[in-house]
Amino acid sequence: MTDLTGLTLSDALDGLNSKAFSSEEITTAYVDAIEKANGALNAYILQTPEKAINMAKASDARRAKGEAGALEGAPLGIKDLFSTEGVRTTACSHILGEFTPPYESTVTANLWREGAVMLGKLNMDEFAMGSSNETSFYGNVINPWRRNDGGNADLTPGGSSGGSASAVAADLCLAATASDTGGSIRQPASFTGTVGIKPTYGRASRFGMVAFASSLDQAGPIAKTVKDAAIMLNVMCSHDEKDSTSLKVEQPDWTKAIGEPVKGMKIGVPKEYRVDGMPEDIEKLWQQGIDWLKAAGCEIVDVSLPHTKYALPAYYIVAPAEASSNLARYDGMRYGLRQAGDNLTDIYQNTRAEGFGAEVKRRLMIGTYVLSAGYYDAYYLKAQKVRTKILQDFQNVFEEVDALLTPTCPSAAFALGERMDDPISMYLNDVFTVTANLAGLPGISVPVATDHHGLPMGLQVIGKALDETACLRVAAQLEEAAQFKAKPANWWSA
Amino acid sequence: MTDRTSYIIEGDTGDWEVVIGMEVHAQVATNSKLFSGAPTKFGADPNCNVSLVDAAMPGMLPVINRGCVEQAVRTGLGLNAKINLWSRFDRKNYFYPDLPQGYQISQFQYPIVGEGEIEVEAEDGYSFIVGIERLHLEQDAGKSIHDLDPNATYVDLNRSGVALMEIVSKPDIRSPGEAAAYLKKLRAIVVALGSSDGDMEKGNLRADVNVSVCKVGNYAKFKETGDFGFLGTRREIKNMNSFRFIQQAIEFEARDQVEKIERGDKVDQETILFDTTTGETRSMRSKEDAHDYRYFPDPDLLPLEIDQAWVDEIRASLPELPDQKKQRFMDDYGLKAYDAAVLAADYDKADYFEAVAKGRDGKMAVNWVANELFGRLNKEDLTIAESPVSAKHLGELLDLIKSGEISGKIAKTVFEKVWDGQGAPAAIVEKEGLKQVSDTGAIEKIVDDIIAANPAQVEQVQAQKAEGHAKPKALGWFVGQVMKASQGKANPQAVNEILKAKLDL
Repeated sequence: MTDLTGLTLSDALDGLNSKAFSSEEITTAYVDAIEKANGALNAYILQTPEKAINMAKASDARRAKGEAGALEGAPLGIKDLFSTEGVRTTACSHILGEFTPPYESTVTANLWREGAVMLGKLNMDEFAMGSSNETSFYGNVINPWRRNDGGNADLTPGGSSGGSASAVAADLCLAATASDTGGSIRQPASFTGTVGIKPTYGRASRFGMVAFASSLDQAGPIAKTVKDAAIMLNVMCSHDEKDSTSLKVEQPDWTKAIGEPVKGMKIGVPKEYRVDGMPEDIEKLWQQGIDWLKAAGCEIVDVSLPHTKYALPAYYIVAPAEASSNLARYDGMRYGLRQAGDNLTDIYQNTRAEGFGAEVKRRLMIGTYVLSAGYYDAYYLKAQKVRTKILQDFQNVFEEVDALLTPTCPSAAFALGERMDDPISMYLNDVFTVTANLAGLPGISVPVATDHHGLPMGLQVIGKALDETACLRVAAQLEEAAQFKAKPANWWSA
Repeated sequence: MTDRTSYIIEGDTGDWEVVIGMEVHAQVATNSKLFSGAPTKFGADPNCNVSLVDAAMPGMLPVINRGCVEQAVRTGLGLNAKINLWSRFDRKNYFYPDLPQGYQISQFQYPIVGEGEIEVEAEDGYSFIVGIERLHLEQDAGKSIHDLDPNATYVDLNRSGVALMEIVSKPDIRSPGEAAAYLKKLRAIVVALGSSDGDMEKGNLRADVNVSVCKVGNYAKFKETGDFGFLGTRREIKNMNSFRFIQQAIEFEARDQVEKIERGDKVDQETILFDTTTGETRSMRSKEDAHDYRYFPDPDLLPLEIDQAWVDEIRASLPELPDQKKQRFMDDYGLKAYDAAVLAADYDKADYFEAVAKGRDGKMAVNWVANELFGRLNKEDLTIAESPVSAKHLGELLDLIKSGEISGKIAKTVFEKVWDGQGAPAAIVEKEGLKQVSDTGAIEKIVDDIIAANPAQVEQVQAQKAEGHAKPKALGWFVGQVMKASQGKANPQAVNEILKAKLDL
């Protein structure tokens, strides 16, 4: 039983169900793996081994009584954005200090209700603001993947869900929760050879999720396979009265989409995603995806989403605007960090100067600026209009096609430090992913190939609102066709 | 009804008039807050009525309380206003320790209630129309307590997130007295609707008063053109919760503005406070602190959409409003418009009046209730609820008058005895033998005695009759004597008739 951590979630659940091993055994295996690996990867910022073992034992007891939930006994990692009752939750920001919530997020509560086991809290960009996990107060995460150029440079796992992606890729959990505001699930998944899906806005409750940009934030899983992602999604999503934007809609069993033939589906290929200077590897990957789907009986349709070029600027107005307001509550008054000062203004300034990192400050300033009197119409209002146009673009093409196929990212994982001094090039990471957030649509990234450095790359499938099924169906087909089995060589276990 | 009085401030450069608009904050009467389930009960220990949402814990989200929306719609209907089926919540961003979220959720651009109007009765006996600009829902802030410790400020979040209705008037109020009358009317409406308890002492109803002055005649031009340029710069007196202080503050502020302008100083648009000890207004914050609230739609909430059927349902369930009550009092009891309005504006008084007037003479009832009882209550500084004379007893007293058992004069004596707690009117009349003597035999005997004892007066009466007086003055003297002899109990009508017969008039 040395290889329990190498199992997929689906296989692990089968093993648990058939009593091939217990939750305590597989949880212990993960606890040990994290213990060995985390020093090198920094994927977990808080390990909860005792809690994990206790939860595993309780799970085994439930299973013995025949009360197994959908994730019974499965050890998972939790992005530090999700409030976990009695377990420190900081969104990897210094300003939250040692904040330990007396409440549980709806998404994680759903997981525990179905029997899952928590291994710990996963690293992320501070308040989910970043694309490389380098803005975390707890230091960056390292991608288990390395270039095959012998340089052994440390690479980013992407962000903001870098801890989730790295942990899944390095077999430090069966699957992980993540969140996606502009690509924070899909880009790290692409960088680490994992699967990440962002459901339709409103599918998963935001209750208890530390807010970045309320109208864009959406929880979803990062997992080892498309099927694992579907299993996680089934449990993470739910209608929640505590979130006014939560959708009261029927929720299908998404695992049924896996293996469903794609023959006859119409797949759109948006020409605007073919950007100038796109690496050849990405071009090739995209064409390969198109060919696979064609071979599987899909009809490929060239489509146009004319307002795509405005998506990134609109995103970098809307998201910081909402963030500037959402993060106002971190004022040193009630919880988290508080820096002394001579008067109220000093306390505010000292606390927020000390508590927020540089990228968060940059976005708070952008957000405050675009909402200011005299600038609101030119920036925020215009960005909202662009958002409507982008949604209309999608609605138009979805009258013709069932799903869209695009690359997830314009590149494979880059080296740490490479883009930290250039926010614009960092923001460009999100160019293919932000559109789905702005339009509230589901999107999935599935790994299909490696680039010339041997690094994984993903393709993205964007579906109609509420049609996660189409995303999963197409992604599963790509997964099947690609037979992407590459794994990073384990250099990280001490 | 009298004409609308002009409130004029005499300045060195001529006469000025005052223009007033009000923003009234009424706490919505509900058991829980606007966006959280925390209770709103007054008087709880500090920070005990606080949910995770109210304290703005990370990841907490607002969920609209349907009850608050219903109360806002009720109030809008009570203000004869347009109900907006689509409205939206915005965030008003600013930092303050008693504002945990760092923003107040309010309705900036699209309020739930649009334009309306109400008729207001002024103290001087005239009524005027005040236009309502809008009504919107918003969260209250917590309370900062600065005086518990010289070196620290404490924050009580019990009020944080409590639902308020902000009712904004048009600049249709023209004097300090009208401002108080408007607020009284508004209060009567929300109390009647049950949408707010209107308790000003607890701060559940408070007003921001916008005051500006302009030369006489400019207001008329403003009304004609809608051009605010004809009006002066307004200053906003914040957080007033007393009718008396509102009037004092406006009086001071208007005069102060006139003096400023005539001195050549500028009136800056700013928020000010009224100091109740000095009776003066003063600037609240300097211009450098002027906030840019960065309003934007709250992304945690969907637009508030309600359907017409629900609005109709609420409309059908509305209680009788002050204006409807006033009309009914005029129709059913024959009251004058002003009397009816004054009674209808206060539901306790109106209920008392109705209990007395039902099935009786309305004018007689209003005379006794409004003049005798309210006059007495005012003198003793008592509320209607504290009245020692119950509506039942006052009604009984009116019945005694009507049936002729006691005279109006005796009734006043009986009223005093009921006030002093001596029991029910009928019992008092019985016990103290105050019953009117209508027995003609007994009265005739008294009359005969007095005529026999006063021949000079009899002669005088006859002389006056001979001069052609239909009602000789001296007759009154005889009536007085008979009443005196009967200790006021003789039925005056009977006395008159018998005297006339005996004196051959």
